[in-house]
Amino acid sequence: MIQIFDLTKKFGTFTAVDRVTLTVPKGSLYGFLGPNGAGKTTTLRMIAGILRPTEGRVLIGGDDVVENALAAKTRLGFIPDRPFVYDKLTGSEFLRFVAGLYGQDGPVVERRVDELLDVFELATWKNELIESYSHGMRQKLIISSALIHRPEVIVVDEPMVGLDPRAARLLKDLFRGFVQRGGTVLMSTHTLEIAEALCDQMAIIQGGRILAAGAMADLRRQHDAGDLGLEDLFLRLTGGTEGMQIKQVLEG
Amino acid sequence: MKQPGLTHVLTPKWRTILTRARQERASGGRGKMVTLAVVGVIFWAVVFGVLFRVLRYFRNTEEIGALLAGKLLGILLLSFASILLLSNIITALSSYFLAKDLDLLVSSPVDNLRIYLAKLLETVIASSWMVALMAVPIFAAYGIVYGGGWLFALYAPALFLPSLIMPAVIGVAVTTILVNVFPARRTRDLLSIIALGAAAGVILLFRVIRPEQLARPEGFRNLLDFITVLRTPTSPFLPSEWVARSVMSYLTGPPDWLSVYLVWSSAAAFVVMGAWLHGRLFPTGYTRAQEGAERFVRGGFWAWSLDWLLRPLGAARREFVLKDLRLFFRDTTQWSQLILLAALVFVYLFNIRALPLFRGERVPFFLVSVVSFLNLGMAGFVLAAIAARFVFPAVSLEGRQMWLLRSSPLDLRALLWSKYWVGTLPLLVLALLITVLTNLLLRATPFMMGVGVGTIVLLTLAISAMALSFGTLYPQFETENAAQIPTSFGGLVFMMATIALLAIVIVIESVPMYGYLRAAFEQRPMRVTPALVGAFALAAAVCLAATVLPLRVALRRMEEYEF
Repeated sequence: MIQIFDLTKKFGTFTAVDRVTLTVPKGSLYGFLGPNGAGKTTTLRMIAGILRPTEGRVLIGGDDVVENALAAKTRLGFIPDRPFVYDKLTGSEFLRFVAGLYGQDGPVVERRVDELLDVFELATWKNELIESYSHGMRQKLIISSALIHRPEVIVVDEPMVGLDPRAARLLKDLFRGFVQRGGTVLMSTHTLEIAEALCDQMAIIQGGRILAAGAMADLRRQHDAGDLGLEDLFLRLTGGTEGMQIKQVLEG
Repeated sequence: MKQPGLTHVLTPKWRTILTRARQERASGGRGKMVTLAVVGVIFWAVVFGVLFRVLRYFRNTEEIGALLAGKLLGILLLSFASILLLSNIITALSSYFLAKDLDLLVSSPVDNLRIYLAKLLETVIASSWMVALMAVPIFAAYGIVYGGGWLFALYAPALFLPSLIMPAVIGVAVTTILVNVFPARRTRDLLSIIALGAAAGVILLFRVIRPEQLARPEGFRNLLDFITVLRTPTSPFLPSEWVARSVMSYLTGPPDWLSVYLVWSSAAAFVVMGAWLHGRLFPTGYTRAQEGAERFVRGGFWAWSLDWLLRPLGAARREFVLKDLRLFFRDTTQWSQLILLAALVFVYLFNIRALPLFRGERVPFFLVSVVSFLNLGMAGFVLAAIAARFVFPAVSLEGRQMWLLRSSPLDLRALLWSKYWVGTLPLLVLALLITVLTNLLLRATPFMMGVGVGTIVLLTLAISAMALSFGTLYPQFETENAAQIPTSFGGLVFMMATIALLAIVIVIESVPMYGYLRAAFEQRPMRVTPALVGAFALAAAVCLAATVLPLRVALRRMEEYEF
């Protein structure tokens, strides 16, 4: 379970995240949606303990990310949007290294490494340097690394970018399976079809503030949206009036 | 189609530089600029001062004075040309084949000539700015000593500029050919080894020929032979020789316009030939540059042994140390610096060996002890330079992966601990090697050996901690090249702080040293006095404080990092 209370992040005079309060229940897949620059990545990075909040609190499984950082982070697996990893390690060395960061080693980790590399079809690449991996392969490796220590909560930023259709499908199944086994996933994405099909609940953020939150039916009800799809609802809430402009640009 | 101008192609570069300068000013970087300017001016003043004295001495030497000055300038310019050639070869690899803006440039309808010229300009600036700055006090000293007048201030740069362009064109051509033979990343590895091997070779050669012997008058047997050698140019085809001849003829008259013509026309011809070669080889070279680097790793036995050895450290620390070692030894640009390091240590020991201490009848005990003591400062400085290169960048190099370290439950103390010991242990081995060997070469007494070993161990612990701490306080997260990180402002501050520490420790320890030498001089045994114990205790306390405090500051700073 993730609980966020009045979370605020300021960069100088600019407020990137403005008093966000959110609860992601245990055993749910929660979508975090918003246009570019809305504050999604900043929020997720605060939840992961990479950025310090200016104000507010984040609890993961009841542990405060700032006050009780190590306990909170032990429960967490974080998947960033940009796959920066150590180029000069091999895939299996990288996974072993990440397991070490969580205090895990030995035969259990070795089995887990093989298992994850198998699942993500990286087994044949496991002894090759990461610098020879493609973008998608790096993304799959990072996803594997987030699962290596069997986290309770996964926080994932744009997971589908760079993945081939097989891997994207695999990831969707994996997240659903993870949630069914009692895990919690908070996922930011721009792919609204995926969010609509996959997420139990979602929140839409813009300008650092939550515009709407809840299950799809709740969102429709809150905003008198009838049977509007998520894409139309999203555009209505975030002021998507670019249609006319696109036409102008194309017709020149 | 109208082609964009060179300045337009280079817009992102110069705009980035301007924005960085503006951001620096906005974030209160004035102090930083002032410090850099002061250090730069001091450096210039020292170079100018030394050369001014040498040239004034030459000027007052009849017959051979001007010849010597011309020869010296020729040697300096030839050294610059060699440095520039190496640096251009390496820079060209990044700017022409690995830079991030190349995809955009190559995919846009900009012709090859413009890409070549824009990148040539970028390469010349990136690889030559330091040499150009270094040349300022040198030409200034020549101009002032030989009364060149204010026109010389225009003449010298106009003559020097083409000698920056020629090595750049050659460097780009060599790199373009190499990239057509090997993949770019493999070429980078190859070049780092060649460049550092060459640099180490030059240092060793220069030292082993013992240039100090030239200062001995008994070395000159025949003055006429000497003058004949001086009058002959090193090679009539070397552009550095044309520049030297042209400068000296301008200063001592009559001006040699043929050399000026030769320098400029050669530079222009070089650019034309370079552009032709680029047009022929760049497309295939750039394609090859996209090919991957090394894919497989070796060294299973070492990995297994280290894994076993580090087992008692626990999972997190062990994996961290292993990771750092793997990254270091798999990155050619990193480990190849060890070649240069070995050459420097050899030169250091050679210098001690070459000291004229044991030439007389009696071994000068006083001199040996003082050299052995002051050697601590020199050894400390060498260790600081090595720490700046290997320990200072440690935290910066984690920048891009910090998301992983900060989102995991890794205790930052473990991270700092690993970084500290991975850097300190090799440094400690090196420190002991240098100190013990130099003291053995100096035939120092057991007391001096004890003081030397004890002090250098404490200094190494402190220097390493300071390097790590200053690297954390002044991180360079955006720089991917570890070799560039120590040349930042933080690296300069670290070196200044280390010199201060060395000075403090040496001043404190000079008290018991004085007592020791005095006792030896008066031929009485040395007494253990409170002043002696107090001085050593104070030196140890200073070193320990310089170890613990910086590490604490580093830890606090790391906790505040945001990504």
